Amino acid sequence: MRHFLDFEKPIADLEGKIEELKHLSGTGEMNIADEVGKLQAKVERQLRATYQKLTAWQKVQVARHSDRPHALDAIEHLIEDFQPLAGDRSFADDAAIVGGIGRFRGRSVMVIGTEKGATTEQRVRRSFGMARPEGYRKARRLMQMADRFALPILTFVDTAGAYPGIDAEARGQAEAIARSIETCLAVRVPVIATIIGEGGSGGAVALAVGNRVLMFEHAVYSVISPEGCASILWRSGEFTKDAAEALKMTAQDLERLGVIDAIVPEPLGGAHRNPKVALSSLGKAIGEALDDLAKRDGGQLRIERRDKFLAMGAAED
Amino acid sequence: MNWITNSVLPKIQALVRREVPDNLWHKCVACGQMIFHRDLEQNLHVCPECGHHLRIGPIERLKMVFDEGKYDTIQLPKPALDPLKFRDQKRYTDRLREAQTKTGRNDAMVVAHGTIGGVPAVAAVFDFGFMGGSMGTGVGDALVRAAKLAETQNAALLVFPSSGGARMQEGILSLMQMPRTVAAVDRIKERGLPFIVILTDPTTGGVTASFAMLGDIHLAEPGSIIGFAGQRVIQETIREQLPDGFQRAEYLLEHGMVDAVVHRKDLKATLGRILALLLRPRPTAQIVALPQPDVEIPGKAPATKDDGKSTNHVADTRTPAGESD
Ligand SMILES: [Zn+2]
Repeated sequence: MRHFLDFEKPIADLEGKIEELKHLSGTGEMNIADEVGKLQAKVERQLRATYQKLTAWQKVQVARHSDRPHALDAIEHLIEDFQPLAGDRSFADDAAIVGGIGRFRGRSVMVIGTEKGATTEQRVRRSFGMARPEGYRKARRLMQMADRFALPILTFVDTAGAYPGIDAEARGQAEAIARSIETCLAVRVPVIATIIGEGGSGGAVALAVGNRVLMFEHAVYSVISPEGCASILWRSGEFTKDAAEALKMTAQDLERLGVIDAIVPEPLGGAHRNPKVALSSLGKAIGEALDDLAKRDGGQLRIERRDKFLAMGAAED
Repeated sequence: MNWITNSVLPKIQALVRREVPDNLWHKCVACGQMIFHRDLEQNLHVCPECGHHLRIGPIERLKMVFDEGKYDTIQLPKPALDPLKFRDQKRYTDRLREAQTKTGRNDAMVVAHGTIGGVPAVAAVFDFGFMGGSMGTGVGDALVRAAKLAETQNAALLVFPSSGGARMQEGILSLMQMPRTVAAVDRIKERGLPFIVILTDPTTGGVTASFAMLGDIHLAEPGSIIGFAGQRVIQETIREQLPDGFQRAEYLLEHGMVDAVVHRKDLKATLGRILALLLRPRPTAQIVALPQPDVEIPGKAPATKDDGKSTNHVADTRTPAGESD
């Protein structure tokens, strides 16, 4: 059962018709194949028209789509010999952050991602991808290990943000995020971060301080959710769409602002329509970035990364 | 009623304030006690009745921590204006200009240098009065400058956050100030210079989750709210009562996130002790009594015993760790 977004309604209707016609074809009418072909062409035109000019708020919905490839899908599709690693070695394992070592196109790498979960049960277990301090501390542990073994680090970011809860605060959520950022900056290996869905605030940037920051075509990345922004600045949830627009949170906006390095194209109709094609496209982009970064030595990688982030939003002298 | 309290009343108060030059009485927000302004100043803006530490501006803070209240502020660059062309019900440029007029500052941070207990220090202080001390590119700029200054002067870097977090109106660029400020203080640490964070009320959001939790030492003022997520957000998420004292300085001490909760009256002495211990690790030179001169010089009083104060002025020849020169 495919899940359609509100603005995909015309497409859903057309596809419904196609399904009906296919059922009818059992009864032997000849011109049905023609009709299906015409409708399919129409679906494609409709998809192209819709997805070429998605509004910021529509992109937020696409980025949160439950059929979109998650971090574990990326790992399954792109990483061979994957060995999951767990735990922060001091408190717990946080299922909202997954990680491990594996092979990307023949090369050993460290992979870390925020995972929202595919089923309701999983989503609850993984706190909908909202990590607690132990999650960020696990990420830090894995990054430090990658540094020791000279493994490039690939991160897949898809989270509404860090978990807001009493337990998370008690165990030092802020400190855990800060250390994760510090470690991203410190390592002497290539760090390639990709915002694959939702890049929510501090909980996202904790894993996204990379030599290269990539972003899926319809992913979003922001300092606050449009809902949160609307409730604070407009004092009303009615202005969520305006907030999404004002925050400049789309991949296209962020590329213009110089915050990300490249946009990874998604298949027509978004990654949720064809996750495999989306992930192949991601593999290609990561491969190119990695080939380029592999030429640099550790010290250079570290300095370049630091200088890049020191220059973010710097005033002109 | 809300409409009056929220929008009209502050305006009336602002008018009244302008006409009465001396705002003679202050009301303690914690206990309601009326405090005479001079008493409040003398008491470092701590309520004499209940000990509540009132929020103070950056200039009061600087006067309070530097030796003899003397320091020099540095010129900060004018931040890139409104990179997102952000507009909610109001334009961001208007909000920014209002805050600039109100505070006389470019943005929410003041950077100054001087000495504390004779040890050179650079202090970066947030101004909560400037858009809630929110961190955007201007604050990022200021912190980068502060770190560079500390590096050039071989001085300790002290930061006093008082901030609601990232500045939403700068969108993703405000989020990017988290890694940016972390990178800035990283360099201080590499140079072997102390990075001390004095957490004041409130320190939340992206400020806490970046440089503010990476100090060599974390001090906190009593009662300050310090945390990542806002209390309202937490309550809406978990729908439970928050424990007493949640996210207060004392709670963070108990949970291992700060080294000490320090009363404002003890702050300067504490900082002086810490900086001396970290930057002057060797025992100071003993003053050896010189042999009495054989011949009494007429008209000159006999040499007085050294009072020991000069031991504080032994030249600092320490090279910070990590520097190979
Ligand atoms: Zn009081």
